Amino acid sequence: MSTTATQKRSIGAVLWDYMTTIDHKKIAHLYLIGGGFFFILGGLEAVVIRIQLIKPDNDFISAGLYNQMITMHGTTMIFLAAMPIILALMNAVLPLQIGARDVAFPFLNSLGFWLFMFGGILLNCSWFLGGAPDGGWTSYASFALTSPGHGIDFYVMGLQIAGAGTLMGGINFLVTVINMRAPGMTYMRMPLFTWASFITSVLILFAFPALTVALFLLMFDRMFGSAFFDVTMGGNSVIWQHLFWIFGHPEVYILILPVFGLFSDLFSTFSKKRLFGYTAMVFATMLIAFLGFMVWAHHMFTVGLGPVANSIFAIGTMAIAVPTGIKIFNWLLTMWGGNIKITAAMLWALGFIPSFTIGGMTGVMLGSAVADYQYHDTYFVVAHFHYVIVGGTVFGVFAGLHYWWPKMFGRILHEGLGKWTFWLFFIGFHLTFFIQHFLGLMGMPRRYWVFLEGQELDLGNWISTMGAFLMSVGVIMFLINVIITIKSPKAPADPWDGRTLEWAISSPPKFYNFKQLPLIRGLDPLWIEKTEGNGKIPPAEPLDDVHMPNNTFLPFLMSLGFFVAGFGFIYQTDHKLMLLPLYIGMAFALGCMAVRSFKDDLGYYIKKEDLEREAD
Amino acid sequence: MKGAIGKIKIAFLFAATALFLAGCGKENLTALVPKGSSAQKSMDLIILTTVVMTLVFIVVMILFVVVLARYRRKKGQEDYIPEQVEGNKTLEIVWTVIPIILVLIMAVPTVVYTFELADDSKAKDHINISVKGNQYWWHFDYTDDKLQTSQDLYIPTGEKVFIHLLSNDVTHSFWVPSIAGKMDVNPENENTMYLEAHEEGVYWGKCAEFCGPSHSLMDFKVIAVSPDKYKQWVKDMKEMDPKEKPETTVAQEGQKLFEEKSCIACHAIGPSPVAVGPNLTDFGNRTKYAGILEPTKENLVNWIVDPEKEKPGNKMTGKYPNVSKEEAGKIAEYLMQIKPSSVTPETAGK
Repeated sequence: MSTTATQKRSIGAVLWDYMTTIDHKKIAHLYLIGGGFFFILGGLEAVVIRIQLIKPDNDFISAGLYNQMITMHGTTMIFLAAMPIILALMNAVLPLQIGARDVAFPFLNSLGFWLFMFGGILLNCSWFLGGAPDGGWTSYASFALTSPGHGIDFYVMGLQIAGAGTLMGGINFLVTVINMRAPGMTYMRMPLFTWASFITSVLILFAFPALTVALFLLMFDRMFGSAFFDVTMGGNSVIWQHLFWIFGHPEVYILILPVFGLFSDLFSTFSKKRLFGYTAMVFATMLIAFLGFMVWAHHMFTVGLGPVANSIFAIGTMAIAVPTGIKIFNWLLTMWGGNIKITAAMLWALGFIPSFTIGGMTGVMLGSAVADYQYHDTYFVVAHFHYVIVGGTVFGVFAGLHYWWPKMFGRILHEGLGKWTFWLFFIGFHLTFFIQHFLGLMGMPRRYWVFLEGQELDLGNWISTMGAFLMSVGVIMFLINVIITIKSPKAPADPWDGRTLEWAISSPPKFYNFKQLPLIRGLDPLWIEKTEGNGKIPPAEPLDDVHMPNNTFLPFLMSLGFFVAGFGFIYQTDHKLMLLPLYIGMAFALGCMAVRSFKDDLGYYIKKEDLEREAD
Repeated sequence: MKGAIGKIKIAFLFAATALFLAGCGKENLTALVPKGSSAQKSMDLIILTTVVMTLVFIVVMILFVVVLARYRRKKGQEDYIPEQVEGNKTLEIVWTVIPIILVLIMAVPTVVYTFELADDSKAKDHINISVKGNQYWWHFDYTDDKLQTSQDLYIPTGEKVFIHLLSNDVTHSFWVPSIAGKMDVNPENENTMYLEAHEEGVYWGKCAEFCGPSHSLMDFKVIAVSPDKYKQWVKDMKEMDPKEKPETTVAQEGQKLFEEKSCIACHAIGPSPVAVGPNLTDFGNRTKYAGILEPTKENLVNWIVDPEKEKPGNKMTGKYPNVSKEEAGKIAEYLMQIKPSSVTPETAGK
């Protein structure tokens, strides 16, 4: 399937191809487009927030709209932008890095994407249907139960549907790594990005069910008259906080661990050195993931859990600094003695080190419970988690996109523009968020629609807003880069002198990835073959027919069913007639499942002769 | 000559302090200039952790800069292949053990302070105040003295005042940054913390847990006065006669309107255990109206006529018959002259 062939096809045919595809590389494109769209949406919401806070007592938007903005900014960025874009990178690269022809469950992969997409669209439909959710991205139950209108209902149903998609993605990658590794690709030969994605999938598997449960309880409270969180009826709203953070804290590591992995690959590649302390890195990642489940109550130091709980969670939180420190020092030592080439991708990786270290520092500071009584729910926390999520995850996503763009789309992003994007975004980022540490300690709580005059918070907020504008310019520059790259020349298979398996095949890879499954002889398999062999990965099997799955429209239809049912759930509280879409949607989704279960789809074979004709 | 240098020195010190304070935010609001014992403890830990973490950051940055300066690719080096080092066990141990020690240095005082701040075993020997959070105002019930106020919380300096926090609706959080860190005000369980202000002053308090459209407008003040003044205030508040006729006729008409327009249904003047709306016993001495408005008659009239405009989502809107500007002016006249005590925010430390 060459690019010229793609250009000849009609737009309708391309659309149909993407709507029915189960190829992990195309699903990666879909995740990137979907996640990218929501990233821009969430970014615009952030700019609106910052404009509202540019001066004291501003009336740019109303209090109600402001609360919808902060809620949707957080929810969109976490669930609909960061996670999907990370899943895009995993989809694009992970199967290639372990020498697989696809993920373990291609059908599930497609279903996961369409559930995410329809969930995200459902959530954003609220803007046009009486107002978006306004309970903050954490949607604490005591307030969420009292919020009028359907905003919070959209939050519940949208996240439930999107979350189911993510859970499927996690399970899929787990099984893929366990079952689909090429011959010789032992666990301890896997690239760090694959390792980190693998561990992340474990986190998804254990963290998301907590969210699912929390959302179900909230759904029943709001739509079906139960009272799990309603204090006046004997419920308890603190339980929501526990459930949310039992999910929410691992979620942070779900966002950061994959980019830890990809930075490890990048530092190694662009320093022309193997990763320093590979084993330590793997175990540090596991330790972070494990501890990530033990610290959720540090989001709740001020709830009144008592000194014993607060002390335990304080120490647990600080302990995470140890494995994170191990990673930082190993990255630095990977570059030590290396031959460092500063490409745009590497620039993002280098910018990550000071930015994320600051985020980690403030993380430890927040872990100190008594100090947290001052930081909690102020702009200090806002600064901290943006340093971690933007300075970590977003920098990582940009690094990954610059690095893997040729592998995903067959073109290299413009290096000069990439560096400009970095500097604008990097300076804008620090300008926006560094000052917020001080704003918080100077007495500015988070989620404040206005700050009143005469509190000496004016200058800091003004600087912060200017920084946000600079970040926006950076993002626009990246979009320009993406557009002009469409016309740039085709990328070679291995533009960065890579070390891992994905660089051994063409850019973009053939739809079956590997003509013959590769034989892996050690860590950094391509590097080994470059230095010890002939630069080509030896095949592990003779050339033979390749079994491939058929495209299918079912995942799209199933998700559509849940999407329709979602509206039914939300509006049946107003009118019994709305039970109709609920039943129709659910029946349709279940019908699609029945079709999927009872109809045999055995896939097809690519003939050996056809493979022989294809160039490498 | 010596005097001149001394003057310059003092001027310089003054300027430096002013600059430092300016960078730390507004006095009596910022957490960076603690004026109470809990805030001081938080500040101690903030400084300790900041110092330790900054040291780590400096080490990382030195390594980072050295690595980039020494090992960045130079011209003609494109094909140089460095030695492929696997790792180093000693180094791994070093950067595991040192952080563990650093974490311990921070963890021990954290645990000690956490237990100290949570200790309410001696609460019975001190003043106890029940604090109720409401969308979007604060109610203070001095349970021992059987008197109530709203929005302005009077406490004596130099001693611990235990406050018991409970919400009447959704979760709020009680935060007076200069005196103490925050504690959530939950609807289901009472939390206890103490305030101990070192010096007199009017301290800013804020709601720190997202509670609705006017979350950012849920300010209150803590007014710390000397124990003598505090005793005087309690005495005045108890002796206050809610039925007392105001002097001017306008205010008298306002008093009547206060009943006719059913303000009195929610707002108590004088001791009352029920508080549907803020208790107005010391209204004339309030630092702010509705928690946020400068205490002028114009502001109060606007507030009474259309509270929704000032505090979106508040529970007062629509609970009473229409009040004209003129009527509101009379009510304001009445409310603003209710000054039961000579101890006012202005007398606190100034």
